[in-house]
Order: sequence, then structure tokens, then C-alpha cells
Amino acid sequence: MSKDVYVLMEQRDGELAKVGVELIGEATKLAGDLGQQVVAVLLGSGIKDKAEKCIHYGANKVIIVDDPALAEYLTEPYADAVTAVIEKYQPEIFLFGASSIGRDLAPRVSARIHTGLTADCTGLDIDPETKLLRMTRPAFGGNIMATILCKDYRPQMATVRPGVMQALAKDKARTGEIEELKVEFKAPLVKIREVVKNEHKTVDITEAKYLVSGGRGIGSPEFFNELQKLADVLGGEISSSRANVDAGWIDKSRQVGQTGKTVRPDLYMACGISGAIQHVAGMEGSEYIIAINKNDTAPIFDLADIGIVGDVKVIIPKLTEAVAKAKAAKNAE
Amino acid sequence: MDFSLSKEHKLLQEMYRKFAETEIKPLAQEIDEEERFPRESVPKLARYGFFGIPYPKEYGGQGGDYLAYAMAIEELAKVCATTATLVAAHATLCVFPIYQFGNEEQKRKYLPDLLSGKKLGAFGLTEPGAGSDSSMQQTKAYRDGDNYILNGTKCFITNAGEADVYIISTMTDKSKGNKGITTFIVDGDTPGFSIGKHEKKMGIRGSATADLIFENAVVPASNMLGQEGQGFKIMMSTLDAGRISIGALALGIAEGAYDACYKYVKERKQFGKNIAAFQNTQFELADIKTRIDAAQLICYRAACEKEAGRPYGLYAAQCKYLCAATASDATRRCLQLFGGYGYMREYDIERMMRDAKITEIYEGTSEVQKIVIANHLKIK
Amino acid sequence: MKIVVCIKQVPDTTEVKLDPKTNTLIRDGVPSIINPDDKAGIETALQLKEKLNDGSTVTIVSMGPPQADVALREALAMGADEAYLLSDRAFGGSDTYATSTIIAAALKKIGYDLVITGRQAIDGDTAQVGPQIAEHIGIPQVSYAEEIVSIDNEKVVVKRQFEDRYHILELPLPCLITALAELAEPRYMSVRGIYDAYREKEVKVLGFEDLKELFNPEYIGLKGSPTNVYKSFTKQAKGAGTKYADVSADEAVKIIVDKLEERHII
Repeated sequence: MSKDVYVLMEQRDGELAKVGVELIGEATKLAGDLGQQVVAVLLGSGIKDKAEKCIHYGANKVIIVDDPALAEYLTEPYADAVTAVIEKYQPEIFLFGASSIGRDLAPRVSARIHTGLTADCTGLDIDPETKLLRMTRPAFGGNIMATILCKDYRPQMATVRPGVMQALAKDKARTGEIEELKVEFKAPLVKIREVVKNEHKTVDITEAKYLVSGGRGIGSPEFFNELQKLADVLGGEISSSRANVDAGWIDKSRQVGQTGKTVRPDLYMACGISGAIQHVAGMEGSEYIIAINKNDTAPIFDLADIGIVGDVKVIIPKLTEAVAKAKAAKNAE
Repeated sequence: MDFSLSKEHKLLQEMYRKFAETEIKPLAQEIDEEERFPRESVPKLARYGFFGIPYPKEYGGQGGDYLAYAMAIEELAKVCATTATLVAAHATLCVFPIYQFGNEEQKRKYLPDLLSGKKLGAFGLTEPGAGSDSSMQQTKAYRDGDNYILNGTKCFITNAGEADVYIISTMTDKSKGNKGITTFIVDGDTPGFSIGKHEKKMGIRGSATADLIFENAVVPASNMLGQEGQGFKIMMSTLDAGRISIGALALGIAEGAYDACYKYVKERKQFGKNIAAFQNTQFELADIKTRIDAAQLICYRAACEKEAGRPYGLYAAQCKYLCAATASDATRRCLQLFGGYGYMREYDIERMMRDAKITEIYEGTSEVQKIVIANHLKIK
Repeated sequence: MKIVVCIKQVPDTTEVKLDPKTNTLIRDGVPSIINPDDKAGIETALQLKEKLNDGSTVTIVSMGPPQADVALREALAMGADEAYLLSDRAFGGSDTYATSTIIAAALKKIGYDLVITGRQAIDGDTAQVGPQIAEHIGIPQVSYAEEIVSIDNEKVVVKRQFEDRYHILELPLPCLITALAELAEPRYMSVRGIYDAYREKEVKVLGFEDLKELFNPEYIGLKGSPTNVYKSFTKQAKGAGTKYADVSADEAVKIIVDKLEERHII
């Protein structure tokens, strides 16, 4: 009989990735609905000391596979380890982060143990009657959402989009069980020749998660520095409407619109952008749009999720400060 | 009668479109603005076979048919008439006479490099005093041992200076009028052959247009196409074939204008609604598209008649005449729907209107086409 | 070397809509294309073939309805040597597990040294079929390949991107690589290639009967799929959100920060 909600804790160089902590938060909700427990699966080399942390974030139990073969991510030993965990413990549900590790590992495992896998989920819940896991995910670039079930095979497996699920607040008072599992690893066929960290990438606004975009309303080329500060604290990039590019205030590579680039960031902040159709054509696919503009009738307000009628020159510096403060508060937790 | 394209033609059309949109369109405005020949496009066009579409593989061609070729010109012209012109001047005006009238030795020598796009071709018939009336040409050639010596000037020559191989018509016997015309293949590096001044034009401004100057240029007798005195026939038959490609080119310009306008009227708002909602817009575009579709039918028919080996002179002239008229009409009316923006150089439509005009003039004016059509119909 | 590229035909847009009555995708009037990541896979295979220049061949495999023929012709017109269409009513409704089961069977039949798939298809976005194929046929995989550093008849060296690092990995052949669109800018079909694709080359069709010995017939199609769609729905259309006209700068900042926190942006 399968039971419990399992979560793969991703770690890099012994540091737990955020997505695993988010998964514990989500798994706690699911396990509650099932009347079961949350089990964190921690794979790596020399990572035993991280087990406590998993418990502090909400896991009821931690299973550790600690082996030098798991020091850097490789598909084969990781798939072997996860398979060993599944075979021994028979989980009801197994969640992975939809990261480049999770999306490499989970399909390999699902094929091996013959179960279903749903990719890149943004919503999970338990059907109150059937107790099945309902896995909701976007398809067709987010235009269509589909809810997927895996009725006959266990575990029900999903990869979950990072940043979507809510982590629980860390609580050092939490306690739980820690168990170590020994796995025999074969020498992997794939060899790592080199590991290079934090490679510098050139800026491509179409790949930015967050864009702070300036239009005619920013008034001067210097104000892009202010937008850059906001982009920096958000971890995004700056972009522009055509007028500022033509005026030579900013490089053409950052132009959004019909004659520039088409972007679909998670957040598009339109600062002093009126929203001419040529511009809108390049950004209307954005996930979330915040517009700040002095002109109450600017067409950008027709598609903004949040529209602020106001002066960007006053609001942006204050906003940068507030975001920085909010982030600092989060990190201190 | 079945008007649907074959699977091959559908896939070709898809490929042409993607290539034109991605590789050619982004340059169109720039080369117009700078009056610059799009040299960088030549190797790309060559790689994918644009320079040798309707010619057999044994000479390095693509083994395609004339419809496939016309469609290529059409799709290129949709985004850039300059680029379509450089291909048409090469693939029809230069390659066709060599393929059709050249001896085996000449074909083996010239076709592989021309069809692969390694070398670019051009065609020189027009002179300052001999436009529509080719019998008035002054460029002379006389025999000197194993060579011919050429003297004279050709004008308004497309691909001038960019081409490596030129098809040149000359007068070898003035007394015989059109029957005294002889055609030569002239290499670009022939001693005594030089390029004159480049013209500044209204449209197709990226196209290289210049004089060809012959001052005792020495051309081997082995480079004569056909026989002495056959030049008129060669040039006329080349122009017949050329009319289909220029028709396709004009058709492409009209379609490009229609496509741009179609998109614009759905976006542009006036009086609180898209201008597409106004009946004038709908009537204009309905009328323009009907004319375009009619022009396309006659263009494709001319190409298919030629491919089938049937007489196509009438259809080719009708094709050029109708497509050119459609291009001028469609671009002008589409520009009007763009309003003030249409007049601005930021938008493509004003360039299309300037480009369209040449199709009523070069490779036989619309008036010449009507003469040809009337002759075919034996009206006189 | 026999390089096999698995491709999928997908609708040429992410702007598709659901039919509110049948809850199925409206695909009318939406042209089909080769999935972009898969096309980069084809280009990569062609470049490897040209680089190896030793009689290596490129084979294309696609599972889909008969209309997917044109996607395979396109691959042939780009320069691929042969193409197989895996098409049968029995294959319909397959999820990623069932799909990979069928493709793995076809690969066993056709043979392979190097298998390349696109990272993910723009319609499903699952990125699962590649690794699942590799598991079914028991060969190592590298997903998210960004660059093929070198290749010879025994091994391939690949650069593989992660969020914070990259690995240079050495894989013995046979193996499977999933390609990112960045791996190679695909060439166009050539005019001659298009004629050859229809006149000189063929698309071979493999159906259930051809493959039934090579997979468990209970593991394919709608019935053999471990997952199934419970419901699908269109994301709510984006309209105007909330507009705040009379707020002070500080109030505005608070509204924005709250929203950013709510959406986990900060």
C-alpha cells in the first residue's frame, strides 16, 4: 500500500535549492488532505547536516542517500537513488522541482518504474472524493490549462514550477525522523569532464523574467538609471519603447514592440509608456503587467493588471527602496 | 481544371516565405535608404537554390519548373522588390539565353557557376537611344580573327558592376536592322569593358543600375550566342520569358502591400473603431484583392504554359501588363488607407509604391506589352 | 554513424483556443510546423553528419497523424536521408509514457547510434519524452544540450546547461541528447531538397502491426497511458485589471509591493 507525499530536495554544493523548500510547503497541504506525512528525499554527498533544515521547513521525515556518486548531478546515479527510495517506501505522491535537474530526472524515473508524470505543474490539489492528486499545468505557452490525473499507477509524479508554491516559515521547533538509505551505485556511463559555475550570459530581454520598461514619460535618458536600480533589486532587466531608442537614450537591443522584440516576462512594468499598438504587440503576452502613467486615458491601462495613474519619476525611486526593504526582510527570515 | 498547388509547390512556397521574411525583409528598408546593393544576400540566395530554380540538375540547377521559379520571385518581391529584381535579372535575363541558345561548350562553361550563384549574371540590351525600339542600337561588334571587338554604351542595366557575366546585344550589320543584331556572352573582366555611372532611382533603390561601356572590348568569337544576326530572336525570346518573372515580381509587390494594409486596418483606430470597420476600407481591400487574385491566375498560367512547352508569348505579355498595373494600383490605394503613416518612410508601403512603378517600365513598358498582346490577337 | 532525430509536428502558434463545447483544441486554420527545438535537433544532426563526413546518415522519426508527412518531408528537404512516420489509430491519445514506449520500439526496429530529440514541444511543453525514450531503450541521456563540443565514433562530448552552472559531459555511444533551440540555427529547406523529398526519398509508415513485437501493446495509446486529462480550460482572458487613479505615491508603492509579494516576485 503506497502512502505519503515525497519531495525531492534539490541541492547544489550542499546548499538546498529554494524549490525543494517550496515543495515541502505544498506537500504539507496535500498530505494534510490525505491524512498522510511529508517525506523529504535528500540526495548528495556530505549533506546529512541539511536534514534538520528540511524538518524545520515542514518535513515529517527525511530520507538521506549520501554518497560521493551524488556530489554533482548526473542522471544515472540520481535516477538509481530515487528508484531505490520509491521501491523501498512505495510513496503515494512524489514531487520534483521543474528545474533542469527535476525535468531530466523525473521522466527517467517515471519510465523506469512505469508510472505517470505531469510536467511543470502550477497547481496541485487532492480530489476530496477519489483522493487522487489533481495536477494542473499550462500548455500551449500558457494559453490552456489542463488538469491531469494518474489513476492506476503509483507514485503519482509531478514536476512543479519553481516560484509558484508557497514555502512554510522556518520553524526550528519542528521535529521529525531522519533515515539513511544505502544504495549501490554502478559506475556511470556518462563522465563529467568539467563543471563551470555562474557563466556570464549576455543580456537578452526576451529571456528576462522581469522587465522594467521605460517610455516617453520617463523624461530623460538619465532616468533609465533609476529603472535599472529597480530592475536590479527585482533581478530583472530594463527595456524600452521605441521613442527612447530613436532618441538614442538606450540600445536598440532593448526595444520592445513591433519593430523591436516580443517579450513574455512574468512581470512587465510599463513606466511612462502610453501603450501604442506597436508597443503592445511586443508585450501583450506578459504574464503580469503593471503600468504607471500620468495620463489617465493612456491605452496601456486597458491591458494592465495594475494601473497606477501617477508620476513615474516620483514613484519609481520609492518603489525601488520598498522592494529592496521587502526583499531584505524576506532574506532575514 | 484544378487550381490547387501541388505538394511540392506548397512546400516551396512555405520555404520561400520563411526565407524571405527572415533573411530578406529585415534588409529591405535599409538598402532602399542607403541605395546599397544587398551583397550579403547573394550567398544566402545561392545556398538555397534561388539562382537556378527552373534549370536541370545536370548543369547545376535545382531541377524545378517555371511556376516554382515565378513563385520564388513573387515571394521575394512581397518583402523586397530589389532582391527579387536581382534574382530575376540573373535567372531569366542572363541564364535563360545561355541555356536556350548556347552550345554545349558554353553551357558547360557558364551554367554551373551561374546556377549555383557563384557568379551573378546581367543582361544588356537597352541603350540611350534604343529603349523599346531595339533596332536603333548603336553598340557595334566586328570580327577580328578569333575575336569580336565591341564598342558602345548600354544603359539602365540591372546588376551592372555586381555581375560577373553579361549577355550583350550588338549590331554586327547595321544595314539589316533587327536582323543585324548579334548576342555575346561577355565576362565582367573583359579588357575594354567597364561600368559607367550608377543611376539614382525612384524605386528598387538597392538594385545596381548603371551604364556598361565598351571601348574596343575584346570578346572571343566562341562567346557568340547562336549565329551572327540571331540576336534579335534571342533577346526577344529572353524578354518573353522575362515577362513572366517580372509579372510575378509585380504580383509580389501588390501582395506585400495588401498584406501590410490588411494588418494595419485591423489595428489602426479612428473615430473609436478599427478602420477595417469602415465600408470604404472593406470595399477597397475587396477590390484590390480581387485584382491581385486575377493577376496571380494569369501569372501562374503563363508559367505553366511555358513549362508545358506550349506557346506562351501572349500570356507572358498579359501577365506582365496586368501584374504591373495591379502593383501600381494596389500600392497606391493601400498607401491611401495607411493615411499619413503610409507617407512616412518608417512604413514599408511608400517604398512598395515607388518600387511598383518600375514594373510598368522595365523589361518592356506596359505600352509595349499591349502591342505584343494586340499582335498576338491579330487585331490589326 | 546512424543519427536518429525524433520530431513532432505542432501548431504554429501558442495562441490556440479551446472549443467551449467539446473542450478540445481548435486547430482549424492554424498551420503546422516542426517543433522548434526538434528543428534545432535536425540541424544539429545534419551538421554532425557533414562534420563526420564518413557516410553517416540522418534518420527522422515522428509519431503523429498521416498529415505529419509534411513535417517529415520538410526534414528530408533540409537534407535528412530517410524518414519514418509512426502512425496508427492505436497510438492515438498516448501520453508521454505511451509515446516514448512507441518511439522506443521504433528505434529498436530502425537502429541508432545517436538519438536526438528536441527539449520540449511548444504545444505540450512537457520535456519528458526524450528522457523516457532513453530509459526505455536503456541508453544514457543528456537533456538541455547547449553545444556539442566534439564527436567521434565512440563518444560525444556535450555542454549541458543548468540554472547556475554548466557541465561538460562525455557520453559513450549509443546515447540520447535533447536539444535546446540554441543548439543550432536551423537551415531552410533548399529548392532541390524539396524536389528530392518528394521525388527521390520516401516517408516510411510504421503502424501497430510493424511494432507490436517491440512493445507491450497494453502500454500504448489512450488506454496504456498512465496519465489522462481530467479537464482543460482556457486561462482567463486578460482584460483591464484594477486602475488606481487617486492614490499618493506612497500608496501606489504599497499597492505594487503587495502585488509583487502576492505573486512571489519578491
